[in-house]
Amino acid sequence: MDPRRGPLAVPKVRRVGFFTSIEPSPETPRPNRSLSGPAEAITSSSPLSDSPSGQFISPVQIPPSRHHSDNLASRAAPVPVPGPSAFRRQLANDRALHVGSYNPVDSLLGTSPPSSNGEVSEDSGSLFGFQRSDSAKLSASFPNGGFDMTLRVRAPQESEAKVAIASTSDGRKKNVEASGEGESVAAKPLKEKETKSLKEKTSKAERRAIQEAQRAAKAAAKGEGSKRAGESSRPKPSKPAKQPQPKKEAPQATSSVSEKRAVSVEKERRMDVPQTQMQYDDKSRVDKAKRRSVVEQTESKNKVELFLHLPQYERGNQLPNLSSNIFSLDTIHHAVYKVGLQHLAGDIAGDNARCIAMLHAFQEAINDYTTPPMKDLTMDLTAKINGYVSFLIECRPLSMSMGNAIRFLKNQIRKLPVDLSEPEAKASLCSEIGRFIDEKILLADKVIVQHAVTKIRDGEVLLTYGFSCVVEMILLYAHEIGRKFRVVIVDSRPNLEGQKLLRRLVTRGLDCTYTHINAVSYIMGEVTRVFLGASSIFSNGTLYSKVGTACVAMVANAFSVPVIVCCEAYKFHERVLLDSICSNELGDPDAIANVPLRNNKKHSKTMDNNKNLQFLNLMYDSTPAEYISMIVTDYGMIPPTSIPVIVREYRREDLLL
Amino acid sequence: NYKRYLYQRVFLERLSYWAFVSAAQTLRPIKPPASHYLVFLFNSVSLSPEYSLSTSSPHRSPPSHSHRKMPDVQSMVLEFVNKLRKRKIEGSQATARCTVELLRSVISHHRVPHANQASALIDAVKAVGAQLVAANPVELAVGNVVRRVLHIIREEDLSLATAAVAGLDLLDASDDDEDVNGKGIGYPGMSAAVVAAAARSTLRPPSLQTLLEGTPESATVPYTSSSGADSESKTADKSSITRKLKHDVIEGVNQLIHEIAGCHEQIAEQAVEHIHQNEVILTLGSSRTVLEFLCAAKEKKRSFRVFVAEGAPRYQGHLLAKELVARGLQTTVITDSAVFAMISRVNMVIIGAHAVMANGGVIGPVGVNMAALAAKKHAVPFVVLAGSHKLCPLYPHNPEVLLNELRSPSELLDFGEFSDCLDFGTGSGSPLLQVVNPTFDYVPPSLVSLFITDTGGHNPSYMYRLIADYYSADDLVM
Repeated sequence: MDPRRGPLAVPKVRRVGFFTSIEPSPETPRPNRSLSGPAEAITSSSPLSDSPSGQFISPVQIPPSRHHSDNLASRAAPVPVPGPSAFRRQLANDRALHVGSYNPVDSLLGTSPPSSNGEVSEDSGSLFGFQRSDSAKLSASFPNGGFDMTLRVRAPQESEAKVAIASTSDGRKKNVEASGEGESVAAKPLKEKETKSLKEKTSKAERRAIQEAQRAAKAAAKGEGSKRAGESSRPKPSKPAKQPQPKKEAPQATSSVSEKRAVSVEKERRMDVPQTQMQYDDKSRVDKAKRRSVVEQTESKNKVELFLHLPQYERGNQLPNLSSNIFSLDTIHHAVYKVGLQHLAGDIAGDNARCIAMLHAFQEAINDYTTPPMKDLTMDLTAKINGYVSFLIECRPLSMSMGNAIRFLKNQIRKLPVDLSEPEAKASLCSEIGRFIDEKILLADKVIVQHAVTKIRDGEVLLTYGFSCVVEMILLYAHEIGRKFRVVIVDSRPNLEGQKLLRRLVTRGLDCTYTHINAVSYIMGEVTRVFLGASSIFSNGTLYSKVGTACVAMVANAFSVPVIVCCEAYKFHERVLLDSICSNELGDPDAIANVPLRNNKKHSKTMDNNKNLQFLNLMYDSTPAEYISMIVTDYGMIPPTSIPVIVREYRREDLLL
Repeated sequence: NYKRYLYQRVFLERLSYWAFVSAAQTLRPIKPPASHYLVFLFNSVSLSPEYSLSTSSPHRSPPSHSHRKMPDVQSMVLEFVNKLRKRKIEGSQATARCTVELLRSVISHHRVPHANQASALIDAVKAVGAQLVAANPVELAVGNVVRRVLHIIREEDLSLATAAVAGLDLLDASDDDEDVNGKGIGYPGMSAAVVAAAARSTLRPPSLQTLLEGTPESATVPYTSSSGADSESKTADKSSITRKLKHDVIEGVNQLIHEIAGCHEQIAEQAVEHIHQNEVILTLGSSRTVLEFLCAAKEKKRSFRVFVAEGAPRYQGHLLAKELVARGLQTTVITDSAVFAMISRVNMVIIGAHAVMANGGVIGPVGVNMAALAAKKHAVPFVVLAGSHKLCPLYPHNPEVLLNELRSPSELLDFGEFSDCLDFGTGSGSPLLQVVNPTFDYVPPSLVSLFITDTGGHNPSYMYRLIADYYSADDLVM
């Protein structure tokens, strides 16, 4: 196969030189290629040949910041400029081609200092499994790249990226395995060789199918090999549960690991985001998910047409179902189980509270975790966490902030040094989680309070909507330091969270006015400032928050009242959102149907089964950035236009998460 | 008929001017001390503490001049006033119907003096109307209907007068009219020539010459209809004219009743012009007009989807939704807070108004302004349905507060929990919890795309002119 690859690669390289304006690329890599062609034939099986190149490339060639910001660049950016890579083989050139056709500027920037992928390349050096799968991947990507580069560049890259994510964790796992048991290692190269030869001919879809089959086979083999009988059944429910979501699939795509470990961390994160929310109008996927779901729930029948893509289940039987088989669900840690039940029952509401509860449960679960024999902690723990997360999702769709927290946790797991012992690793993970809760949520709230209180002057009338714990803290603190102001609490059905806030404020002696959301334009005339909480803020400045927030912000805007949004920076999200339809959560429709109306009782009973009558209980809405005057975060007070900047700058430096 | 039409045109041109002037005088800004705890209505200041509305307020004795009416009429008036005061009558259409029926019986039972019948009737109606308006100042339909009735009286009177003047003109030419005996005598301060000039100016088509010529005449002849009626009522045969006037007025009032009763159908007839297939319509609160409108479109085999905002805290939307479903419409109930989220998928917002002001502003169920703002933001047409009895000739000042009514806080909060925090006007506890529960919302005309009344569709900017057709300028202040 190697001789075959050589001739194939040459025309491509020529094209690189032709397309891109980068001068060094035609000059330096060509001799290299000619060198590497034969060299590869020799070294393709040896693990060492790649490691220097990987280390060599990444410091020099990764453009620093561009790929953090925009999609295109980020796809192209991790691809190193071919120039200095003396040991880079065709793949480098292959990538350079993509760079050239996509974004020449990026590759021109290639000489600037490296970004954050030091850790990736560093542990990749010692990896055993890389080489082969690299070449396999490489050869697989040729047919695409060679024929129609401009059109299909993206597809191979995507797959490469996915694979690359797996590379770090997987590589580590293989390392452990190699030391642990010889026979699996011995079996693997054979398998991979097989796939390699297969992949050369197959299309992308076919390749993926093969991967899947391989993965399943491996899982089965492992299950058999393991001592405990329960083991074999154990990985299964957790693993397939991840399939609907690519981000979970990624770590599983083990068998073909490419040498593209130099892909930026940012890319891995992107794959890790629970961004591809399951579209529930996709029948096949829903069925798949249903088969492995822990919670038995029936889709409610009378759904609003616009929201078919969101899950909506018949309430009432979920909780009994779940609590009845509490002892049979051994795959879910009891702490996580408890949090899931609390989410389902609505005992924990509010984004921060939910996030903290979830993280504490994970902490507990990690503490109780023991790595099963013949498994790698990183891999297995990630799989476990994934299982927990999918369980939590079944209980209630995750909020954006929880998604961010999970991402953080997975990053931490992935970044665990290989040589750490299990108790150490667990301790470090738990302390990291604790640090996240303290720094990103609790301390951030304190900072936000300090900032926001400067915006409250004597004699003001502050309006707030629903219940936000940050806003509550702000109001209480402002009251404590002696500001004289009045609070207007706007509330809405069906949750009536405002009453909770009202209760707390009134007992603390604040002067309150309580009203409902319909009256907001009546009361807005006397309001001087609006304080709102947030569930998430997207990078286009859209505020994603409890439904009704947009109404309040809009009316405030119409009355020229400044709207101040208080949001911890960990809730920022790089997704974008325009409307409230595409991404939302459906609550219990019965909560709306049940109305404290005098003569309603018998009426509603008869109407319940009518196909024409639907109740829509939206949980969130999105407020356009134009209604927001200011966002108070732990990084200071910023306009909504600065959200993408914060997301980009701080996430790059790993400060955000 | 043609003469009458022409006469009306000239007359109304002047009236609309008067409407402007008097409205400007009437609606002088009042700055309330604590705006939303008080209910203000123009210069009839009725202070009602925030929570007293749920309790019945003491009954005031009716003004003195009701002694002229028959006792049963008086008791009817009292009963109706009580109902209004206790907010027993729901909906402006029901109120309007009750009011106009009451006024009809007032008119029919009123013993008309031989002289000045029209003004006597007007006084009687005004007296009753003042009581009714004072009983529920925010129910503008009452005032509207009273003004409509007054307008009918004036109009009938004028038409009789013009008929008489026409007869007069005829008399000048040929002396064989039957009314000759009543003519010429008893004009206290007015010569026949002046009357003739007045008549001429009314009868002639409104050309530029008429307008120029008419200016000095209208200066000498007071042009308000009451004085005209005052003088001219004597021209005709007293008994016959008396009977005729009253009869005509009652005819007119009956027509008004008919009109109010039939405004739903009139409006609903236009539904097919505005609702097309597969439309998504958002509505808010419960309005019979909207219900009929939507159902009319449904009957015309248009299939569309309706989103109904539930309209907390009264949840009128649920009632409407059930009605709609019972008639086979695809209905989705959403929370009020989801209005902004859903409006981007809505093709049209259709709202039933509580009242339409002369500037084109709308007073509607609470939450309407929010929906209107959201509709404006998303460029969704905001359509207001209003029967003609909802057209109010007044120009609003601060209507969110002054034309609003605060309902019981028990609809929002359970009394038990927060009762020690609530201030009932007696205690002065420092942590004062106030509960604001307004009934109405004001939508400025700039947010309204279209009005659909029983006479057709209109722009907000046209409403003042439409309204001027229904009312006399003299009645704006009651």
